[in-house]
Amino acid sequence: MHMVVLTKGVPDFREGQVSFDEDGHLERGKTPTVMNPNDRFALEAALQTRVRHGGRVSVMSMGPPGYKEVLQEAMASVYADDLHLVSDREMAAADTWATAITLSAGIETLGEPDVVFAGFKTADGETGHTGPQTNWCLDMPLVTHVISLDIDEDEGVLRAKRLVEGDIEEVETVETSLPAFVVTDPEFVPSYRTAGERLTLKDLRAETQERAEQYEDFLTVRDHADINVDPDYIGLDGSPTIVSSVDPIPKAPAEREATMVNPSDSAAMQDVLEAMQSALGNGGDVAAAGGD
Amino acid sequence: MTEHEHYEALVVGAGPGGAAAAATFANYGIETLVLERGVEAGSKNVSGGLIYAEQSAPYTIDDLFPDFREEASERPITRYRIHNIAGERVESFDLSNLHEHDTEWSDSVLRRKMDSWLEDRVHERTRETGGGLLTGVHVTGLYREDGKIVGVETEELDPITADVIVAADGVNSELARDAGLMDWDEPDEWFQGVKAVADVPSDVIADRFDIGADEGAAHLFSGDLFEGVRGGGFLYTNRDTLSLGTVFHLDSLVAERAEPHELLDSLLTHPLLAQWLGDDYTELEYSAKLVPDSKKVALREPHFGRLLLVGDAAGQMQAQGAIIKGMNHAVTAGALAAEAYAQAKSRNEPEKAGTRYSRKLRDEGVMKKLRPRGYELVRGLAEDDGVTEIVDSVLTSAVGRAGIRALSGQLGRVYNVPMLSAMMPDTRTPYVTLPTVIAEELGTRVREESSVTPPSLEARIGDLTYDTDIGSPHITVLDNSYEASGAAVTACPVSAVDFGGGCYREEVVRTNGSEERVVSLDTQPCVECGTCAVVADTEWEHPRGDKGVEFKWG
Ligand SMILES: Cc1cc2nc3c(=O)[nH]c(=O)nc-3n(C[C@H](O)[C@H](O)[C@H](O)COP(=O)(O)OP(=O)(O)OC[C@H]3O[C@@H](n4cnc5c(N)ncnc54)[C@H](O)[C@@H]3O)c2cc1C
Ligand code: SF4
Repeated sequence: MHMVVLTKGVPDFREGQVSFDEDGHLERGKTPTVMNPNDRFALEAALQTRVRHGGRVSVMSMGPPGYKEVLQEAMASVYADDLHLVSDREMAAADTWATAITLSAGIETLGEPDVVFAGFKTADGETGHTGPQTNWCLDMPLVTHVISLDIDEDEGVLRAKRLVEGDIEEVETVETSLPAFVVTDPEFVPSYRTAGERLTLKDLRAETQERAEQYEDFLTVRDHADINVDPDYIGLDGSPTIVSSVDPIPKAPAEREATMVNPSDSAAMQDVLEAMQSALGNGGDVAAAGGD
Repeated sequence: MTEHEHYEALVVGAGPGGAAAAATFANYGIETLVLERGVEAGSKNVSGGLIYAEQSAPYTIDDLFPDFREEASERPITRYRIHNIAGERVESFDLSNLHEHDTEWSDSVLRRKMDSWLEDRVHERTRETGGGLLTGVHVTGLYREDGKIVGVETEELDPITADVIVAADGVNSELARDAGLMDWDEPDEWFQGVKAVADVPSDVIADRFDIGADEGAAHLFSGDLFEGVRGGGFLYTNRDTLSLGTVFHLDSLVAERAEPHELLDSLLTHPLLAQWLGDDYTELEYSAKLVPDSKKVALREPHFGRLLLVGDAAGQMQAQGAIIKGMNHAVTAGALAAEAYAQAKSRNEPEKAGTRYSRKLRDEGVMKKLRPRGYELVRGLAEDDGVTEIVDSVLTSAVGRAGIRALSGQLGRVYNVPMLSAMMPDTRTPYVTLPTVIAEELGTRVREESSVTPPSLEARIGDLTYDTDIGSPHITVLDNSYEASGAAVTACPVSAVDFGGGCYREEVVRTNGSEERVVSLDTQPCVECGTCAVVADTEWEHPRGDKGVEFKWG
């Protein structure tokens, strides 16, 4: 079984890591790049498949050379066998369409994988397009919002439970032939119910520890010529998307102006009540709730 | 019948007993799976702890794990003393002879370090057999087919079957209970051990204990400093920490309604300890665990079908007077159990592994140590309350005191006679009365003053690491009346009367004009010692795999 997982670096949006300038623009230089959080589920799905069926996991990303560390992180977490970075100045400023063309060309250079995994949405773009668009280029059966999966190698089929319309309440089971393209949902939970699977996992972890330290030995960097795509179809030139405007991110609530009120100070509490009433535009309910 | 995942041998628990069993199976090339509930082996375990390698034992830990002493233990114990205490008077005896009797070596250990070291080796060796060791898997019980034990059930994995199952799951063994071989009913069958690890740099240890880098000291304490509760205290030197603790008979702890953490504090703040603890006492960890009393609970036939029990799970924990030997017996028993299976199998009668194993325990002299005949003989007489009264009143009378004074030169020698220690009756006399009279009659006053301020119970709990399984408590109180479960309020090492932050609390509920004393339970601060399984009416299980408390030292 050969699995390919697509991943990407995104700014680390966690508190204390991310940094914005005065206008609320992200300061890329000051914000560390990390693996897109949702990609973890794609990696876990690939790992589960590998633990159960054996084979090889390749992780691929398109982006600047700085993404190497993201690939290293992916290697450490999924125990990947080989890493692939598609990186080229020509590819800069690509929209999801140009990215999809690039990635699909990249995947084709790896041969014919049995399953391609992608995460749902990136933390920076939030489009959720890249996976399905890449698959459109590859022309495989596509299953999205996958929360659990099982492969029957003998029959060459993949069975998955997926959220219908991304709704947690509605789950359906689908079956498709292999090769297939799987987009994992953040609800994806890997399952290892046998000791044998957990022991295999432990072996992989031990094996990968060394590998992840020398990850560059397992990394192949390719430019557009290596993956055989026309520069007109990639990067900014290949991107039909036009971003018309960008709204600044509103300040987090904690940073809004606030006044401390001592709840035992009844005069101050009266002010609070009044402020709430005026904010709501009708006093009835609030006054009743604050009765005594 | 459904196909289940199968291993030839299955070992539950990766303490010294489980590690020894697994290593021995692996030596015989037997495919072995080891399941341990902690995040890492040792993260659930507590011992004093001095591990012994007995000359008479067929297997010792360094037989099975050659680099054990260099890599996993702390210090060889080269100095051993017992202190009889009455108020500030102390009479000390050298216990080296008892300590060295039948001893090849004895090292202090910290369980997180020791067990995690063993874990790596056991995994490596069992992996070669096609099995391996998994942590974070909590075995919940036995798996049976047609009424026969064929494997185990766990929370994390589907049922697993095996040709032989070794229960090395410690003092609170859920497998022993499931098999109907052990119950947790009688407090007098158990001790409760409570422990603190203190931070002391190795050069300070060298200075305060007057020992070199490869030497270690052990001190035991008994007398009137524990509110009359039967038991004693210990202090062992590690490389750059000290292990301090107490071990008490659980029935006595309950009868006196004593608070375990306060008894520990009585030890820590006794002026005698000032010379070793100095004025900068820093506690790294507070922990507790039940300890079986082999004299009463060691199973004579520790097996049932394919299930073989070793170590604490089989009650194989010997209190040889003040010296506590549990880890060494767990190692011996673990290895003998695996060996018994391997031999039975080679004779094509694997079903006889259990009887073979218990025969080995007898033939190798292990059973004799665990259940000494001398004790059986004196027990009937000496443990009679009336007799204890008489002996104690004679001892404390002018006549008894004169006798102690007359014996003064020989008392130290008497304390060192192994046979006497082995048959010491389980009464107030040897634990409290005798040491107190000795100290009163022969002791000298300690000149130092203690400046140790032990942390509060709240701070101790606050310093522990927990991964709480919110919403699924592992202990349920079946009868919450004070009569049935009230003893846990004091006996639980992380609960106390009038302390709201512990596990057990006493409450008064008023219904229809009448008042009722009840207990409530919050398992969040639980250190999984097992005490309330015995002293309260509970349904007691361990938390799910790797949930609950995580000891960093042990
Ligand atoms: C305060 C104190 C002081 C002591 N001092 C000494 C001393 O100085 N010398 C000495 O020799 N002994 C001492 N002992 C006793 C000694 O610690 C025990 O006898 C010894 O640890 C028993 O070893 P074992 O392998 O049987 O069990 P443990 O060491 O208890 O190991 C059992 C293992 O099984 C695991 N486990 C339990 N249940 C499950 C389950 N359901 N599923 C999966 N895994 C499970 C546990 O996490 C643990 O790792 C002391 C004990 C205490 C509490
Ligand atoms: S709740 Fe029970 S098992 Fe937990 S620490 Fe208290 S007495 Fe021990």
